[in-house]
Amino acid sequence: MKPETEAELAGMIASASWPICVRGGGTRGVNLDGDVLETGGLSGITLYEPGSLTLVAQAGTPLAEIEAALEAEGQRLAFEPMDHRGLMGTTGAPTIGGVVAANVSGPRRVAVGACRDFMLGVRYVDGTGTVVKNGGRVMKNVTGYDLVKLMSGSWGTLGVLSEVSLKVLPKPETSACILITGLSDAEAVRAMAKALGSPFEVSGAAHLPEGPEGQAVTMLRVEGFAGSVAYRADQLAGLFGDLDVRVEDDPASVAESWVSVRDVAGFHGTDGDVWRVSCTPSEAADLGAKMNADALVYDWGGGLIWARVPEGTDLRARLGIFDGHATLVRGTGQPKFQPEPPAIAALSRGLRQKFDPRGILNAGLMG
Amino acid sequence: MQMPQPNASVLSRKAQIVARLREVIPQDAVISDEMETRAYECDALTAYKCPPLAVVLPSSTEEVAAVLKVCHQMGVPVVPRGSGTSLAGGALPTADCVLLGVARMNDLIETDYDNRFIRVQTGRTNLSVTGAVEADGFFYAPDPSSQLACAIAGNIAMNSGGAHCLKYGVTTNNLLGVTMVQMDGTIMEIGGAHLDAGGYDLLGLICGSEGQLGVVTEATLRILPKPEGARPVLMGFDSNEVAGACVADIIKAGVLPVAIEFMDRPCIEATEAFAKAGYPMCEALLIVEVEGSPAEIDEQLALILEIARRHNPVELREAKDADEAGRIWLGRKSAFGAMGQINDYMCLDGTIPVSELPYVLRRIGEMSKEYGLDVANVFHAGDGNMHPLILFDANKEGDLELCEALGADILRLCVEVGGCLTGEHGVGIEKRDLMVDQFAPDDLEAQMAVKDVFDPAWLLNPAKVFPLAASESRRSMALAAE
Repeated sequence: MKPETEAELAGMIASASWPICVRGGGTRGVNLDGDVLETGGLSGITLYEPGSLTLVAQAGTPLAEIEAALEAEGQRLAFEPMDHRGLMGTTGAPTIGGVVAANVSGPRRVAVGACRDFMLGVRYVDGTGTVVKNGGRVMKNVTGYDLVKLMSGSWGTLGVLSEVSLKVLPKPETSACILITGLSDAEAVRAMAKALGSPFEVSGAAHLPEGPEGQAVTMLRVEGFAGSVAYRADQLAGLFGDLDVRVEDDPASVAESWVSVRDVAGFHGTDGDVWRVSCTPSEAADLGAKMNADALVYDWGGGLIWARVPEGTDLRARLGIFDGHATLVRGTGQPKFQPEPPAIAALSRGLRQKFDPRGILNAGLMG
Repeated sequence: MQMPQPNASVLSRKAQIVARLREVIPQDAVISDEMETRAYECDALTAYKCPPLAVVLPSSTEEVAAVLKVCHQMGVPVVPRGSGTSLAGGALPTADCVLLGVARMNDLIETDYDNRFIRVQTGRTNLSVTGAVEADGFFYAPDPSSQLACAIAGNIAMNSGGAHCLKYGVTTNNLLGVTMVQMDGTIMEIGGAHLDAGGYDLLGLICGSEGQLGVVTEATLRILPKPEGARPVLMGFDSNEVAGACVADIIKAGVLPVAIEFMDRPCIEATEAFAKAGYPMCEALLIVEVEGSPAEIDEQLALILEIARRHNPVELREAKDADEAGRIWLGRKSAFGAMGQINDYMCLDGTIPVSELPYVLRRIGEMSKEYGLDVANVFHAGDGNMHPLILFDANKEGDLELCEALGADILRLCVEVGGCLTGEHGVGIEKRDLMVDQFAPDDLEAQMAVKDVFDPAWLLNPAKVFPLAASESRRSMALAAE
């Protein structure tokens, strides 16, 4: 199924008698039973007002098309959505609807917020084939319940997005990266907390226990106008004067290294399962040790841990109870999402039942 | 504005209900005396008043759960209340409700600078959250004008904003976790100190749900390191259009000020008479504030001033020191007080696409003439969140109704140009009946379905947000079941 209009999409869902597997670009590894419904026919930017920092696009619009349009005006999606293709070994073109449905955010999430924080409005078709809109195209909107957030990160299980409206931000003039070599995971987490707690507006804080040259590297990014970036990079480096610190100020090289953090490039082309763990940053090093993983990457100052483990590992059992949750991103041996406590699971089920009473949208994925 | 008929069965059982409440929480936490419940008869939308059946002032999550369980069992509606500063009537009681105030729950539970969060009971005021971490160089970003009085509970219920949200976002962008009690008394933890709660974004759903999904008793809030400094610049223009174009150009240039505030001539005149801040008399005035180190501020302001000069400003005023900065903000911060001196006023908060500013301001001017009521505009221009203040005389018969009609027309205009009814105040009762202008029946149905899941009996703050006609079948079903 590949609808060309929202009305067609609604018709297809209304008349479906079989589970539907919703697919944008097919790059994020969702392969469920059911008829594949491709959103690629719903494509195109419907409104872009750089002076209002607002972009509205049909859900199947390729992300590349949106990024090109923003680039032309010196703007960007500030939440830095990751490209899953390298990690998942998938091909295809990521769509904006896929980004939103999976609430995909990258390293800058720690500073500016997640995809859901940039979402202004949605149009979607629920599991009964009803078209619903929520939010709009303005930056502040508290009119009624915020279904925009609910739809972001619901993985197509509550409705199929037909249109999304986003807040975009100016692209900074330049960037720099402070690189600290040789820290243990625990030292790195403390260093990142210190940097993120400083007034120097760190827009990325990651730690690679095995960096490109084999040694551990801790990375702190600053972005903005040239004078400000130079000042803040200098101040930050000064905070860690007693460590092995250097400042990378070539913007192209900075950009490249953060794309590799964003896409977890170190795990590309490897075997095994990949988990994504959201946790309290200061607990990251302890949790990282408990995982007994083949490889780890810390992002968000430690608040996000990527772990590569042998296929079929029950990482949740290794972690035990902790403040946060673990998602199986690559692999199939365990439930994808962390099981929820009973009271929350009841609400999730209730929402699923209301939005998709027949349980046909991405059946088995959530709720 | 209509409220539903109070439930006669609930009214007749007042004594039993109060007695049951006194069994589960301390005696002094239940108020049933008719003189004393008067203190809770309205919030900051003072045109509407109704004393509740009883008031409860619990001190803990467990007490909130106990109260809600009793009300749930006895079929009594509950209206939650933070500090009662809602401009939308979000905390307006009904005669048959138990009003649940969180004022006694104001503990600071935990501050954690390594993980940059603070956990508080939600009766705590907004400003006191920043107050708790300020000395250590941190702050809590959302800063509604009422921040001295308003409670975090109300901020979460209404998803409050403030002057600085262009850069830092509103409450929902700064909320990491909550302890919430459902209407049936179930206590749950959602989110926590980690970023991105798992599963469906229930946190996002609860924030801004106007106390209709549950009572939030504790909140984990994101705190941020304070910038090294901030400095405003004031600019005056001889037309709204030019000021609007200047705002768009600043944003397009890649500067992201923390605030861009806009005042039109009626507002400038009123505040000058009141606060004497020394503002230029012109058609439109902008206050733009940037943050950072002194050098960073200079860099950003230089760019902003260069853009402003291209628009032939009638005035450009930089602040050389804290005192001058204070004077630039003085008029803006006194604007509402100044209006209150002149007259009664109604403050709207529709939001529009920034590109529509000049057109909307012109239309508001025309409507103001048609209705014969003055309107002053002061608002957050960077994000298009308008605050038209309609001046009226509450003692003059028919003036309030006329004012409400003009307000409704202005909000419909906001929706027409692609905006919305409310940017940060919430729907409450004030904009409830206008929801049909923004949403189709299916859109409202989807939202009400969410309430069905969280509060199937529709007992929590039931007569708000949704037009009474739209929610009637659900509310009456709840009555019948009881």
